[in-house]
Amino acid sequence: MDFELLLIILVDGLVYGSYLFMVAVGLTVICGVQKLLNVTHGALYAFGAYLTATLLILYFQVDWPQFGAFAVMLFAALFLGVLFGVIIERGLLRHLYHEDEHIIVLATFAAFLVLEDVLLLIWGTDPYLAPEPLGLLGSTEIAGLPFDNYSLSMVLLSAVVAAVLWYGLNRTQFGKLLLAVIHDRELAQAMGINVNRIFLLTFMLGSFLGALGGAYQAPAISVQPGIGVEVIVLAFAVVVIGGMGSIPGALIGSVIVGVARAFAVHQEPALELFVIYLIMAAVLIVRPQGLFAPAKPRTI
Amino acid sequence: MTWRQDKTLWGLTIGLAALLLLNFVVPDWFRSILTLSLARGSVALGLLVLWRCGLISFGHALYFGVGAYTVGLMSRYLGITDAFLTIACGVVTAGLLAYGLGFLLRQYRGIFFALLNMAFSMILYGVLAKLEELGSTDGISLETTTYLWYAPLGAENKTALFVFAVILTWGVAVLVHLYLRSTLGNMTTAVRENEIRLGYLGYSGERAVHAKFVVSGLLGGFGGAIAALTIGHVDPDSMVYWPVSGDFVFIAILSGTGNVTAPFIGALIYELIRTYAFDKFPEIWQLIMGGTLLAIIMFLPNGLWSLVDRWRGRKAAVATLRTGKEEA
Repeated sequence: MDFELLLIILVDGLVYGSYLFMVAVGLTVICGVQKLLNVTHGALYAFGAYLTATLLILYFQVDWPQFGAFAVMLFAALFLGVLFGVIIERGLLRHLYHEDEHIIVLATFAAFLVLEDVLLLIWGTDPYLAPEPLGLLGSTEIAGLPFDNYSLSMVLLSAVVAAVLWYGLNRTQFGKLLLAVIHDRELAQAMGINVNRIFLLTFMLGSFLGALGGAYQAPAISVQPGIGVEVIVLAFAVVVIGGMGSIPGALIGSVIVGVARAFAVHQEPALELFVIYLIMAAVLIVRPQGLFAPAKPRTI
Repeated sequence: MTWRQDKTLWGLTIGLAALLLLNFVVPDWFRSILTLSLARGSVALGLLVLWRCGLISFGHALYFGVGAYTVGLMSRYLGITDAFLTIACGVVTAGLLAYGLGFLLRQYRGIFFALLNMAFSMILYGVLAKLEELGSTDGISLETTTYLWYAPLGAENKTALFVFAVILTWGVAVLVHLYLRSTLGNMTTAVRENEIRLGYLGYSGERAVHAKFVVSGLLGGFGGAIAALTIGHVDPDSMVYWPVSGDFVFIAILSGTGNVTAPFIGALIYELIRTYAFDKFPEIWQLIMGGTLLAIIMFLPNGLWSLVDRWRGRKAAVATLRTGKEEA
């Protein structure tokens, strides 16, 4: 294999990996703090994509500065994150924290089914296209192939999100509270931390990140039914590979999955999905706690 | 408990007789709903067996899919359409796969067990959806089913399949019931409650889980094979994709773990709600399914069978009040 192909695979992999990271990071944040796997995350992604596509179509009809499109995405994601954060966490999960972890996953699966149909009721089955932002940024030629800068900017966005989250978690007061809750929920509560509030804020943050993933992806894809179902299981794979609740894990996990998939797509397209879940299974077999989960003492 | 006193065996046999009688009165579409609920109920029964040791699999569509695709591939490449042979092969293939993967899976508990199962099922999905030889996303259509030398056509074939499926499922349910009554079967609860103590008693929790897992894999393959014959078509999106696994867990939750008949009742109710919702409210059928599941989780966390238990409990309580001593 020549160097140019390798470069293309690498760039492709990074782009796809950053898309995965954007979706998986919200999932892993929720997973780390609330210790639950949140299937509704896929619906948040889909909502983010749909709302953004709709708003962008409206936005480009009026004569406002074109780069405002990015503000539209951010607004859509924030709006959805707060709205669904409150609805799902307050309305559903709050009543289930004492339940078995499987039951909570199943409850979010049920909520996901409901949201999928709400999505269809609002937007119908037709695909939505809003590719204008793609044209705004132009394209770059790498190894003889044109890559649009929009996709490349996704790598940048992921890096920014990862850095902000890292800083927020390790260098701010809220982050310290969060770490205390992650470490020991009951003790944190006993120390006077309002765990209920932390849970709600975390869920909103995670939902916002999921919606942002969808929002930023919206111009690059055809927004149609089924994108949520597809993305959530990929995000699960990334989160499991990186270690549930680990942000660096999600970063590395999405890069691994992205590059592996790019390899498959360029070399043997039939293996595209196969590789991703093979890695997931392999990680679960060799290191079930994930590649980057902190070491824990055995209880037995 | 002797055979004659076993209420479950009686219940299953009465169910068998009732279904066979129903065969004469129900319309075609309802018969296929019944057959499909037997198929899904079998998979949910497999999940029930696992759930009794506190394990849930988010990937049982794997065994369902293997069962279904074995039938489909035999029909396509070998031209074998005999129901006995194809179902047997589907069950055995799924069972062997469960046996092999069981060596890995038996070491895992909790969410890791559930997710590793999901990963395996998605590997199969990835292969099936992309390989042209295996039908890709279009799937494979089956030839008309035959039963040894009996080769009915049209409506008669559907009736034959129904009768065939009912009798087989009865046999399977009875076997599973007897298995759960045995010592190895009873270890499920012990694994769930305190696996370390089970180890000190001299039993291997892992081996108990492995046995359960193979049973559930066999049941998954059986359900898949029956479903493939009923639908006459196999495809990855409606048989192996992750929401299918979710649906099986849904049925298991809906039914509850109380009894081997529960998954079949649960599957029938699931199938009825689904068909009705799909027919009357095609826009919001998923919303109805999700709402039902949420309602069950919130208000009936031990499933429909807990209603039966509650009713029995009340009867027992009344009896205790009257006689002053506990009913045996």
